[in-house]
Formats: sequence, C-alpha cells, structure tokens
Amino acid sequence: MSISIDIEKKLGDFFLKARFDAEEVTLSLLGASGSGKSMTLKCIAGIETPDRGRIIVNGVTLFDSEKHINLSPQDRHVGLMFQNYALFPNMTVLQNIRAGAKREQNKEKRERSVRRVMESFGLATLADRYPHQLSGGQQQRVALARILVSDPGILLLDEPFSALDTHLRFRLEQVVRGVIRSFGKTVLLVSHDRDEVYRMADYIAVMDHGKIEAFGDKKTIFALPVTKTGALLTGCKNISAIKKISEDRVYAVDWDMELSVGSIPARANHIGIRMHDVSIDGTENVVHCRVLEAVENPFSVTVLLTPVGSQNATPIGWETEKEFWKEHKAAELDISLPVKALLLLEGDADEAQ
Amino acid sequence: MDWFPLYNSLRIAGISTFIIFFVGIFSAYYIAKAPRWIKGVLDVVLTLPLVLPPTVVGYLLLRILGPKRLIGAWVLDLFGLKLTMTWWSAIFATAVVIFPLMYRTARGAFESFDETLAYSGQSLGLSNTYIFWRIRMPCCRQGILAGAVLAFARALGEYGATSMISGYTPGRTATISTTVYQLWRTNDDALAFKWVLVNMAISFVVLLAINLLEKKNTQPKEKGAF
Repeated sequence: MSISIDIEKKLGDFFLKARFDAEEVTLSLLGASGSGKSMTLKCIAGIETPDRGRIIVNGVTLFDSEKHINLSPQDRHVGLMFQNYALFPNMTVLQNIRAGAKREQNKEKRERSVRRVMESFGLATLADRYPHQLSGGQQQRVALARILVSDPGILLLDEPFSALDTHLRFRLEQVVRGVIRSFGKTVLLVSHDRDEVYRMADYIAVMDHGKIEAFGDKKTIFALPVTKTGALLTGCKNISAIKKISEDRVYAVDWDMELSVGSIPARANHIGIRMHDVSIDGTENVVHCRVLEAVENPFSVTVLLTPVGSQNATPIGWETEKEFWKEHKAAELDISLPVKALLLLEGDADEAQ
Repeated sequence: MDWFPLYNSLRIAGISTFIIFFVGIFSAYYIAKAPRWIKGVLDVVLTLPLVLPPTVVGYLLLRILGPKRLIGAWVLDLFGLKLTMTWWSAIFATAVVIFPLMYRTARGAFESFDETLAYSGQSLGLSNTYIFWRIRMPCCRQGILAGAVLAFARALGEYGATSMISGYTPGRTATISTTVYQLWRTNDDALAFKWVLVNMAISFVVLLAINLLEKKNTQPKEKGAF
C-alpha cells in the first residue's frame, strides 16, 4: 500500500511540481488556496493529465509520460471525495451508493456490500432521501460510503470539512478518522486548516505555489518548519526578515530588534516565533516594548508590541491567558524571545534581504 | 373542414424535433468541451439560422437541394428522388430553423451542469455512457425538454423556408401556416380564422408546457443544499 508521485503540470502562469512518496499512512497536503493541492489530487484521480512525470499507486502505474501510460479514471481505483461531495442529485441515497458499487459484477455480492456500508454509516433510514434533503454531515457520510463501496486502493479527500459549519466539523472528523483507521491503506487529505491536519494526518507535505516546500512527519513539521510558508501554514504568525550581524546574532528588520540565535542556516532569511512562545519572564533576548493593543480572543489575549522608540516596526504578537494579562497589564513591558523558540526560515528568494 | 394541414404540420414538426433533439444534444455536448476559439466559431455558424430570415434559409436550401443543384442532383441521379416540393421537404427547412433553439438550450443546460458529478462518477468506475444517460441527462432534463418543446413550437409555425421548399399543394404539402396565407389570399376569411384559432390553441398549450417545465426546474434549487 503506497503512493509515489512525481509530476509536473503547467497551467498558464501556474506551475505544479509535486513529488512525494508515502506508504500506508495518512498524508496531508497542507497549503493555502491556489497552492496546487487539489490539482495534485485531480492528477492522481486522472481527471487532469500532468505534462510530465509518473504516478504509481500500490505498485500499479497509473500515469507515466515516458512509457505513455495514462489509465482512465475508471481503471485507477482511486477514491476521490470532492469538497462538495458530488452526490448525484437525481438519485436517492441508496441509488447513489449502488452507483458506487457498479464495478462489482456479481449482483448478490454487490447488494451485500451496499447493505453493509449503508449500515456501518448509519444510512439505512435515509435510503430513500435525495441529496438535497440531507444535512451537510449526512451528505458527507453518503459520499464516504459511496466511495468505500467502490473498493478503492487509495483514498483522496479534498477539503472534506470545508462545506460544513464549524460546530459540525469536530464531530465529523471523528467519523472520518474512523474511516481512515479501518481503511488501512494510504489516505491523502488536502486541507488548509493546520489544526485539522494535525489531528487527522501522520505525515504532512507543505505546498506553496505548486511546489512541495516541506515533507515530513507532523511533529517535525510543526516543531521545526524550515520555510516561511511552512511556518505560516502551521500557525506561526510572527515572522520578520533578517540581516545577519554575526555568527549568532541577527537584526530582525520588520520587528526592528537585534536577537541572539543558536546558529544561522546558510539559506535562512527570515525569523519567526509563535505567539505563545513569547514571554515576559524570560532572560534571553529581552526587549523593552510598548503595548500597542491588546486583542481579546474567546479564551486568550493577543498583545501587540513594538520596541520602545521604534517608529515603523511590525508589532510582535504575544498570546497569553486572560487572567495572566489582567495581572501584568502595563503600557510598557520587557518581553523575551527565547533562543529555543526562534525559528530560522527560508523565505521566497525575491523577499530575501 | 379538411384537417390535412394540421396533420401535416404536426408530423413535420414532430419528425424534425425528434431528429434535432439528438443532433442538438450531441452538438451541444461536444462543442461545450471544445477549445474556446472553435466554440466561438461554431457558435456563430450554428446560431445563424436563428437570426437569418426564413426566406434566406429557404433560398440557401434550394441552392443545395434543388433538382439541379449539388446534393439535389446527386440524390435524383442515385435514387430518382426529388428532394423538393414533397411534404417531407419541409423537414429540411424546419430542422435547420429549429436547430439553434435546441442547440442553445441544451448547451446552456450542459454548461450549468456540475462537472464534479461526472468526475466522481468516473473515479467510481462508472462508464461515460452511464454518466451521460443516467447522471448528466437527468440533471439537465428540464432545460433540454424546454428546448425541445420550444423547437417543436417553432417548427409548427415555420412558414418562409417551408413554403419555398415544399410549396403549397392542398392535401399534399399544405401546412397550417401556408394554408392560412393561402386562404387569406383567396378571401376565405372564415376558414382562415378557424385555422388561426387552431394554431393559437396549439401555441398556447406549448407555451404552457414550457412554463411548467421551467417552474419545476427551479424547485430543487430553492429547497436544499444543491
């Protein structure tokens, strides 16, 4: 059970260059909209044809531009779930799921697997409903059932929760996690939501502008994002360009402050720190700052700060608990940026300082 | 009252609508997929009969189907069949005139079809034929049926090109529209008026059918998530 892809496709100004291998894991493509995630899924499913490259799933070559192999979507056995679930509106739930089972020639077997999947997704009572009579969550269950009954060799989920209200997402994630676990084969999940990706996937590929910027297991990707995009996508909101001063000191241009860092990788041109890693009781990289604004979130406060005396600096955000902020509220504060929490990042070449 | 013109009009309109139903749908399906510039060119060419005066269409048809013209001479030579001045000659005229109506409405229906339905059908292993007849057509049904009814109504009312290619022979090529003109020309006002009433009744029914189809079309959209 594996997927190996290495493809290129040009679409106007957009150039997709996706390359990764994964085995029996849940791999997530994390990226902003327009980064090429969905296009990659469509290439795997055979809806779009790459200009060059190859796609191998479970040892079967689905596409190879050199060997002139390009299987039809029907022959690929790829289960692709669209953002809008793509249920056939003219068919009932039962008919939709039967349509998914059409590959099975034996009628008895077909009916048996249809019945089994209807039951395991709790759809028996909805059998005669039409898609427009279902809630978003029910539609998603029908879509999953219809794909699983077609017995795919790999599961591709394109933003599976984007069509749902926020309060429904968490519960449906459970359903999908259950499906992924019992599926036991490779699952590719496309998403732009870092929390969702962290909860659902084992491995993460960060995509930006059609390229895979970082690839690795989720803990590593979140702990040490190597690129600016990776940092942004995994939720690092404080990012500044840097100028190197010495072997272990940099000047953060946007923040207007000098910082000590452990070491500086050769291609690093940005620095980042997560908002909850900023503190006011540390001893490293202490900067005397002015409080610009304290923004209240439902369960925390984000304090925006710039160095005292600095005019045009981009404020640094410090996230802390409401109670803690109430106790330490002030117009000016000494903040600390711990060396261990500072992320040295590679940014876009044209932004390099 | 001789009912032949009604019978003749209905069979001409029926047969040409039947043919154009399929021709229009398949042209619409394939042209919708074509590259943009081909689509643009074909769109203009195929819609032309909608805006040309029917007499111009009739003239052009006679230019190619007439007994001494390219296709007309060839068919006459091969089968001994004259393509003009028979009742079924009018089918050529009505088919050309109603084609753009069918083609346009079918294309509109296909273009509003959500392609992800076809894609997900393909990756579920459904054949393209299945997807076309069991998913695409049912989803576009109302638009396509409305187009067919509209085409049928237009075929019934066709006068210009029909009279040029089929002429007016009572009991042989007479249609409602050519009969009304002939009766009015020969001062048979009472009979002409009867045929006018018949024609209006048919048109009324047809337009009612279109309205009903269009109403049904909007219902599911208002109701749910789709």
